[in-house]
Amino acid sequence: MALSISTRQLDGVTILDLSGRITLGEGSVQLRDAIRDLIGKGEKNILLSLGDVNYIDSSGLGELVSAFTTAKNQNADVKLLNLTKKVKDVLQVTKLYTVFDIYDDEAHAIGSFK
Amino acid sequence: MENPIPVTEPQKGRRSFKLPSTMESVTEVEAAAEKLTQSSGMDEDDSFRVVMAVREAAVNAVLHGNGYDPNKQISVSFENTGKSLVITIADEGEGLDPAKIPDPLAPENLLRGTGRGIFLIRSFLDEVHFRQLYPGTELTLVKHLTPAEGKDTNQNLDTK
Repeated sequence: MALSISTRQLDGVTILDLSGRITLGEGSVQLRDAIRDLIGKGEKNILLSLGDVNYIDSSGLGELVSAFTTAKNQNADVKLLNLTKKVKDVLQVTKLYTVFDIYDDEAHAIGSFK
Repeated sequence: MENPIPVTEPQKGRRSFKLPSTMESVTEVEAAAEKLTQSSGMDEDDSFRVVMAVREAAVNAVLHGNGYDPNKQISVSFENTGKSLVITIADEGEGLDPAKIPDPLAPENLLRGTGRGIFLIRSFLDEVHFRQLYPGTELTLVKHLTPAEGKDTNQNLDTK
């Protein structure tokens, strides 16, 4: 299943609800384009909701990191919400779990941007 | 009565094939790995890790090894020995020196956008062996099975 992305706004935060796989050739480019588009529009608070992302590979991890660094360079924040067990596993093994701000609760995540 | 024609018994539980250097091949290899882990009785977490490692190795072979070259193929084999799952993936590229792969956990590399594939393969499997081919690189990936696993050594290795 390829990646689908839907966007919504809540309390000044842009939430991207991602569903599917973030892998080379399936979701990495879509995610990159979506993040660049938001940052290009001046969005500063971006929350990636990953509750329906059942698979991420090294390419997808690279896109998450690139999103994080691109945002930081523009004084914006990219944070993560609702990791599945598999995505959490991969983030922990690669120590990226320590890089991102990660939340299990949407209201708490949104509040963290203020 | 004529003597029967001598035949060599095929190696049990081992399936080998060659595929073009495309992302479709990566998907095919991933599906074959999933069948292998499922037929071994491996639990879902270990299965995910093995399948992911195999996918990473296939991506490396297709993309970094063969550079999507239509004149180059990847060679893949899957085997359940009863004690381990053994997967080999070889490309026809210029070769890879694993000693030169930067550590993605090093602070200076942690925010790099690439360079985690081999690390994930090593993290998720019990043994990873590199062999230099001429040309190319062969990775042998080994996941040991628990005694409860590995009973189904010869079944369901078809990729389709």
